[in-house]
Amino acid sequence: MRAAHDVSALRQMLAGLEAERLPSASSAFSLGAAGPDGVLAETLARGALHEIYAAEGADMPAASGFSLALALRAAQRSGEEPPQSKLPMRPIVWVRQDFIDSEAGRLDAHGLRGLGLDPARLILVRARDPEQALRAAGDAVRCAALGAVLLEPWGEPKALDLTATRRLALRAGASGVTFFLLRMAESPSASVAVTRWLVRPILSTPLAADAPGAPAFAVTLLRHRGGLNGHAWNLEWDHESCSFRDITPLSRAVVPVPAGRPARQDAATQGEGTGDVRPFQRAG
Amino acid sequence: MSGPSSAPDESVPLVFVERVKGALRLSAISAQARAVGLAPGLTLADARARIPALAVADHDPRADAGFLERIADDCDRWTPLVALDGVDGLVLDITGCTHLFGGEATMRRHVMEHLQRHGLTLHAVVAGTPEAARALARCGKGGVVPVGREAECVAPLPIAALDLPEESVTGLTRAGLRTIGDLAARPGTPLAARFGEVLLTRLRRTLGHEDVRITPRRPLPACIAERRFAEPIGRAEDVEGALGMLIDDLALMLEARGEGGRAFEASFFRADGTVRRIAVETARPSRDPASLGRLFHEKLDALADPLDPGFGFDLVRLAVLRAEALAPAQVSLDGRAIEEEEVSALVDRLAARLGRDRVLRFMMRDTHDPARAASLVPAADPPPPACPMPEDGLARPLMMFDPPQPIEALAEVPDGPPLRFRWRRVLHEVVHAEGPERIAAEWWRREHDTPTRDYYRVENSQGRRFWLFRVGLYDREPGPPRWFVHGLFP
Repeated sequence: MRAAHDVSALRQMLAGLEAERLPSASSAFSLGAAGPDGVLAETLARGALHEIYAAEGADMPAASGFSLALALRAAQRSGEEPPQSKLPMRPIVWVRQDFIDSEAGRLDAHGLRGLGLDPARLILVRARDPEQALRAAGDAVRCAALGAVLLEPWGEPKALDLTATRRLALRAGASGVTFFLLRMAESPSASVAVTRWLVRPILSTPLAADAPGAPAFAVTLLRHRGGLNGHAWNLEWDHESCSFRDITPLSRAVVPVPAGRPARQDAATQGEGTGDVRPFQRAG
Repeated sequence: MSGPSSAPDESVPLVFVERVKGALRLSAISAQARAVGLAPGLTLADARARIPALAVADHDPRADAGFLERIADDCDRWTPLVALDGVDGLVLDITGCTHLFGGEATMRRHVMEHLQRHGLTLHAVVAGTPEAARALARCGKGGVVPVGREAECVAPLPIAALDLPEESVTGLTRAGLRTIGDLAARPGTPLAARFGEVLLTRLRRTLGHEDVRITPRRPLPACIAERRFAEPIGRAEDVEGALGMLIDDLALMLEARGEGGRAFEASFFRADGTVRRIAVETARPSRDPASLGRLFHEKLDALADPLDPGFGFDLVRLAVLRAEALAPAQVSLDGRAIEEEEVSALVDRLAARLGRDRVLRFMMRDTHDPARAASLVPAADPPPPACPMPEDGLARPLMMFDPPQPIEALAEVPDGPPLRFRWRRVLHEVVHAEGPERIAAEWWRREHDTPTRDYYRVENSQGRRFWLFRVGLYDREPGPPRWFVHGLFP
C-alpha cells in the first residue's frame, strides 16, 4: 500500500517535471486582441501548421496580410528568454511561387514595414513550381533559428496533399518553427493543420478625413484542434504594437459618417445609380 | 600536338581547309596526307590535282580551341598551373610536383601515355623555362633537358623557334643568322637596336638565363585536397563518399590556417579525359564538414544534367577557390551567433538547390520613387550596409504590380479620388479615400520624363484596399485622365 502510494507520488512528480521541461507557455502565441485570446487561451501552438484560406482571389492580399501578422506574433521571442531581449526578431522565410508575382503582385518592402516587419528580417524564396516551393519550405521549417515560415503556392497544387502537410507539420513540431500555409480555394482540402482560418477584408475604421484605416479582417476559425471551430471575429492589425485589436460595434459607431452618404448596404444595393453628392474632403 | 585525328577511313588522306583571301587552302592535314606529300598552305585545287582521293573537311577554329581547353582541363590532374600556348600547345608548370609522379622523365612518359590513349599525337619536353620547353617541343625533339643545359639544347634550333614576328625572322635570316646558337654568340646591344628588346628577352628566356612563371588559365586555389583512384569509381555513393573524405581533409587544412572557404569547387576527372566541375558558394566563411557535405549533396541533386561518370572518375579534387579569415566560433551567451549561422546555412542550402537569384532579401534604397524604393538581392551575398530608413513614411501596399495595371475610373472632381473604378472586369465602389500623394519622377535620373503621378489610397465597399494613381497633372495632360492600380493593401 505504502509502496503504491510512493510510486504514484513519484509519477506525479515526474509528470510535473516533464511539464516544466516542455515549453508550454512559450509554445503558444496569442493574437493580442481580448476577444479571440479569451476564447483561444493559449491554444495557438508554435511549431505547428496553420492554414489561412482566402475564399477568392481578391481576398488574397487580406489573407497574406493576416498570415504575415500571425507570423509576426509567432516569431516574437517569448518571455522565457533573457529579458534583456534587445535581439532582433527571428527571421521569417516566405516561399512564393513565381506565378503569383505577376498575378497578385510582388511583395513590397515598404508594405512589409507598414505591417511591422523589418524587411531585413525576411528571406524571400521564389520557387518555379509547387514542388520546388514545397521542398524549399520543407527545408526551411527544419531550421530552428527561424521565427516562422510562410508558404504561398499558386492555386491548389496536387503536390500539397495530406502526406505533404503531415510532413510539414512533423518538421514544424520537431524544430519549433511555426508554419503558415496560405491557400485559396472554395472548399478547403484535407490537411493536418492545427488551425484553419478563413480571412476576408472588411471596412476599416476610417482615419481623419475619411482615409482608410488600419488593415481590418473578418476571420473565421474553420477548424481548431481543440474543438473551438466556428468562432468568428472582426480584427484590425496595429503594426506599432504588433498585435491585433478587436473591432467592436462601439468603435464603429463613434466614427462620424459623412453627411448625405447612404448606409453601407444601400450603397451596395443601389450601385451606380444613386447620383447623390457627398462632400469630399481632401487629405491634408 | 596535332588536332583531333578521327578520320572515318584511315587510308584516305584527310585535310582541313580554310578560306584565305578567297582561295581554299589546307590548314591542317592528317599523317596520311603528309605522307603523300601535301603540306599546310597549299590550295585545295593544287592538292586535289596531286591526290584526287582526298577527304576534305572545313577547318573549325572554335572546335579546335574547345578541344584544347578540354585537354587543358584534363591536364589539371598533374598541376594546377596550366596555360595555353598558341592554338595547339599547352604549358604545364610542374615545379614541385614531379616527385608525386616519380620524377621528370617518368612524369613525361605518364602524361604522354595518358594523352596518347585519347588518340593524340604529341611532343613533350621538360625544360627549365617555359620558353625553352616550348622551342624544343615545336622545333626540336622531345625529352627531358638536364638541369642547366638549356643553352646547349636549344642552340641548334632554327630562329623560328623563338616565336618572333615574321619580319624579325626574315631580317635575321637575311643577316645570315639561322640558329639560336648563332644569335646567342653575338653581342646583344646591336640586335636589340635592330629588332627590339623583345628579341633579347625571348633569347635569354629560351637559353634558360632568365625564368618567368606562366600565367595559369585558372586562378590558383587557396588549398586543394584530392584523391586518386587506381580503379575509376562511378557509383554515386562512392563519388559522394570520396567528396566527404576530401571535405574532411580540407576542413583540417582550413582550420590549421585559421580560415574558412567562401567558394569551393569539386573537379571530377573522368578516365577518358573529360572534367566536370561543380562549384558551391557559402554566405559566410565555412569549414564545417557536415554543412559543406550537405551543400554539395544539394548541388549534385539539383544538377540539370547529372554527373555522368562514363567509365568512372579516376581523380576527384576539391579546391577552396576563395578563403577568408575565420576565427574559431565564439558563441555569445544568448545563442545569437548560432542562430545567424543556422540561418545562413539554410540560405546556402536553398541557394545551392534553387539558384542564388531565387533566395533573396530586400535592400532598401533612399528614394521616394515607389518602383525603386527597394530591390531584391541574393541573400547569400554579404548583407548590404544598412540604409537610413525614413522614420514614418506614408502607407505603402503589401503587393505591388509591376507594371501597374490600367483601370477605368470615374472621379467626382477632375483632380480628386475616384468614385468608382473597374479593374479586372469588376466594379469597385470607393468608400474611403486618401490622397492625392503626388510623386514625381526623379529629375536627376535619365528616365525622369515619366509624368507625375497622383496616388490615392482607397477602400471599396467590401473593405478591399487599393493603391491607385492618375497619370499626369490634370490640366497639363491632353485627353481623358488615365488611371492605374499599382498595389493592394491587406
